[in-house]
Amino acid sequence: MEISRRDFLKVTGASAAGAAVLGLGLDMKPLRSHAQTLKIRHAKESTSICCYCAVGCGVIAHTEKTGGGRIINIEGDPDHPINEGTLCSKGAALSQLVNNENRITTPLYRERFGTEWREVSWDWALDAIAERIKGCRDRSFTRKNDKGQVVNRTNGIAHVGSAALDNEECWLIQAMMRALGLVYIEHQARI
Amino acid sequence: MTNHWIDIRNSDCILIMGSNAAENHPISFKWVTEAVKRGASLLNVDPRFTRSSAKSHVYAPIRSGTDIAFLGGMIKHILDNDLWFEPYVAEYTNACFLVKESYGFEDGLFSGYDPKTNRYDKSRWGFQTDDRGVPLKDRTLKDPRCVFQLLKAHYARYDLETVSSVTGTPKEDLEAVYEAYAATGKKGKAGTIMYAMGWTQHTVGVQNIRAMAMIQLLLGNMGVAGGGVNALRGESNVQGSTDHCILFHIWPGYLKTPGASHDTLAAYNEANTPGTSDPLSANWWGNYPKYSVSLLKSFFGGHATPANEFGYGWLPRLDDGKTYSWLDLFDVMYKGEFTGFFAWGQNPACSGANATKTREAMANLDWMVNVNIFENETGSFWKGPGVDPGKVKTEVFFLPCAVSVEKEGSITNSGRWMQWRYKAANPPGSAKPDGQILMELMKRVKDLYRRDASAVFPEPILNLKWDYETDGEFDPHKMAREINGRFQRDVTLKGKTYRKGELVPSFAFLQDDGSTSSANWLYCNSYTESGNMAARRKREASGIGLNPEWSWCWPVNRRILYNRASVDPRGNPWDREHPVISWDAAAGKWVGDVPDGGWPPMQNPDGSPNPNTRYPFIMKPEGHGRIFGPGRADGPFPEHYEPLECPVDRNPFSGQIANPTAPSYATRLDVFKTCDPRYPFVGTTYRVSEHWQTGVMTRWQPWLLEAQPQLFVEMSRELAELRGIENGDRVRVESVRGGVTAVAVVTGRFKPFRILGQEIHQVGLPWHYGWVHPENGGDSANLLTPSAGDPNTRIPETKAFMVNVQKA
Repeated sequence: MEISRRDFLKVTGASAAGAAVLGLGLDMKPLRSHAQTLKIRHAKESTSICCYCAVGCGVIAHTEKTGGGRIINIEGDPDHPINEGTLCSKGAALSQLVNNENRITTPLYRERFGTEWREVSWDWALDAIAERIKGCRDRSFTRKNDKGQVVNRTNGIAHVGSAALDNEECWLIQAMMRALGLVYIEHQARI
Repeated sequence: MTNHWIDIRNSDCILIMGSNAAENHPISFKWVTEAVKRGASLLNVDPRFTRSSAKSHVYAPIRSGTDIAFLGGMIKHILDNDLWFEPYVAEYTNACFLVKESYGFEDGLFSGYDPKTNRYDKSRWGFQTDDRGVPLKDRTLKDPRCVFQLLKAHYARYDLETVSSVTGTPKEDLEAVYEAYAATGKKGKAGTIMYAMGWTQHTVGVQNIRAMAMIQLLLGNMGVAGGGVNALRGESNVQGSTDHCILFHIWPGYLKTPGASHDTLAAYNEANTPGTSDPLSANWWGNYPKYSVSLLKSFFGGHATPANEFGYGWLPRLDDGKTYSWLDLFDVMYKGEFTGFFAWGQNPACSGANATKTREAMANLDWMVNVNIFENETGSFWKGPGVDPGKVKTEVFFLPCAVSVEKEGSITNSGRWMQWRYKAANPPGSAKPDGQILMELMKRVKDLYRRDASAVFPEPILNLKWDYETDGEFDPHKMAREINGRFQRDVTLKGKTYRKGELVPSFAFLQDDGSTSSANWLYCNSYTESGNMAARRKREASGIGLNPEWSWCWPVNRRILYNRASVDPRGNPWDREHPVISWDAAAGKWVGDVPDGGWPPMQNPDGSPNPNTRYPFIMKPEGHGRIFGPGRADGPFPEHYEPLECPVDRNPFSGQIANPTAPSYATRLDVFKTCDPRYPFVGTTYRVSEHWQTGVMTRWQPWLLEAQPQLFVEMSRELAELRGIENGDRVRVESVRGGVTAVAVVTGRFKPFRILGQEIHQVGLPWHYGWVHPENGGDSANLLTPSAGDPNTRIPETKAFMVNVQKA
């Protein structure tokens, strides 16, 4: 009989569990009583893929259903065919990446010759960046190269990153940079 | 990877070389272990005895930067002992092709070398062809100008004695690896390679991998289960980010970035679409215009029309022959030629070679945008060690982003599986998903251009299709569907009508007339009218581990690339225990994995040739696996050259010490020292299980930092004794470019090498640290590494350089 972990939890959580559990040929009672004490019992499950190396291990994130919707646990996904529930040291620590007091949660700005960061609003930061992009692009835009060939490129801006983005974001980032005319577009894959 | 992680279990012999799977891709080792349980042999070649070595049947030490000598010896072993898989080599590879008389090789240089430009005239290395332009072949492999005979001649010099004197590998270890691996040349046996940056980060990086690819072709290991050439990629989506081409030289789907000489779309397509006169060659890239036009339709949507060449002229072009790679980029930045810079989800101040140059370069910028989760050495470069913030003019904008579980979207693993991730929580504070930041930023730029009647060349910005949102939020599903592609009008193809707006079923339906869009042809078939294929979660009940209904894999859900080479010319699997595909003659179709094209096998059941077939290596215009690779910058056969910085003043294979075509740069910080008594030891960099890349994501986490708290340098007991260093001492490691202070880890895992009669020591450092955090945790090992690279890819040579070590 094939049974996924998720089905298994449904079975053991059901009121008529006894017969179904017997159907597995195992006595699941001790496991069930332990599961009832776990903090993830009432959590929402979301499947994801680990964000470190490219093995692509499946993980399950458990989110509080009440309160702030905080992630309270991340563990290996036992249904995932590659890792079958296992994770390495980094993957096992994933919840500390998410719930980390050192994360930056507000845009920061450091002015010319400044000595420290200061917090700024998104509106201010994005407007300021957009203005700098336009100013630099319009000043450094090159319609033709030294040979007189049309090149239509922005020589004054460069971009690096990122293999840490999702596919959909990767497409967007290269499209934006290319539409702006950048040719110095690189990321982790080069190095 | 041509194959995928679970497929490793199907292997009969696994070679881990240029990687350390047990520590850096730990869960991959689950499948290595499974293969070993099923009887596979495990071989490990590494400068240091790692946890991968500890699990191996054979461990062979090697000096960093000498892999081609090692592998060249293996090629000679295979040829001398007739261990190659003869029918495969003769039918499926270019071993039988006749090479032009103008090809030659003498004393380390191939024909066509120009010492003034350090480049080769590659036209000298082509094939002899008939009057249709089809390569002449000798399937008996006897002709003295055939690739097979030239291969034999080239590697005749790679005898055990010479190889051992260069690599430092004891001869008995060389033989043990060669014998075990070459045994996979038997019919039905498969060997696989697991490599990573230990092979790529060299001035001969591409040729390291080519040498192995040639071995895999000689042994018939391409296309089969448990075989292939498998790069263990290091970032969760570095496969996807490469496929979508955040790179100077390619557009999404590995299309070429246009050059200045391609002044029209027609000229661009013409230059990039290979032709063939051989009716048996599928020449898949012959479809190039369908993919480029569909991409332009995704870039510019309704603004892309035949009349404006689908907006081709709105996208930037490169100067012909000029490179704009990472090393070039920071060289130009160092010279002060950039005003603005984006470091988006990356920490170049620690990750790039020659970090001093990278960091100094940033001070020449007017502004920088740094998008990250944590503070890092790039965004905060203006307050780094030895930097006076009052003298740094650069404005820096730091934008905080979400982590992966705080947004929805897909990533592509090393085995090309595109897997969907769901959002589990909101980002903290006002942090945003990268996709949201991109949408909002570009909308503001578009607004500025819309409002300015005198803006410079506004068309590409105003016409860029930028509607991937729902209720003001970035919508990854909309983007994923555009990546797949849609019909732009009602179209009837292969007897079926597709309505405007319908998702394209696969890239076989893409068109070059503007009737289809696809933001990346390789991902066409990933999000169809049947749904989001990447989100599928059905495991395989039995079989060889392909799991065809778990997620989705490019191209067209083909799990093992080149799988038409996994069968004999009649379509029967070489390995009947692990069939990837096989030909069902009664039904007239392939069964198993998605085949590399549906054409019938090369021969009919009676052995007669089938004129409707195609050669198995469909991405090459000749249709054959390339043992002879005339397209590479540094020669059609890999040749041993020393790293740019090395401990020897001669190369016993030739008079040429370093790769003659390797690019280097000329600022005052681009300095190199070979055989300099001040820098007597070989240095290399590596990773530990507990940290990731520059450590930005892991150094801020308490558990991981406690497990690996600071920079260390690992060395042999012999070297420690020589330098009077005790385990745990603080030591200074220096190259001619810079230095770091580290804790000495003295182990038996490094041993001195015997190289050309001398004792040579090697040390290694992880590169996960940086000055921002933790305090006194050490700085980046890339302060030591050189900004020189491979002539094909320009990847920096960060795995072999020269250092000194002494007590701090």
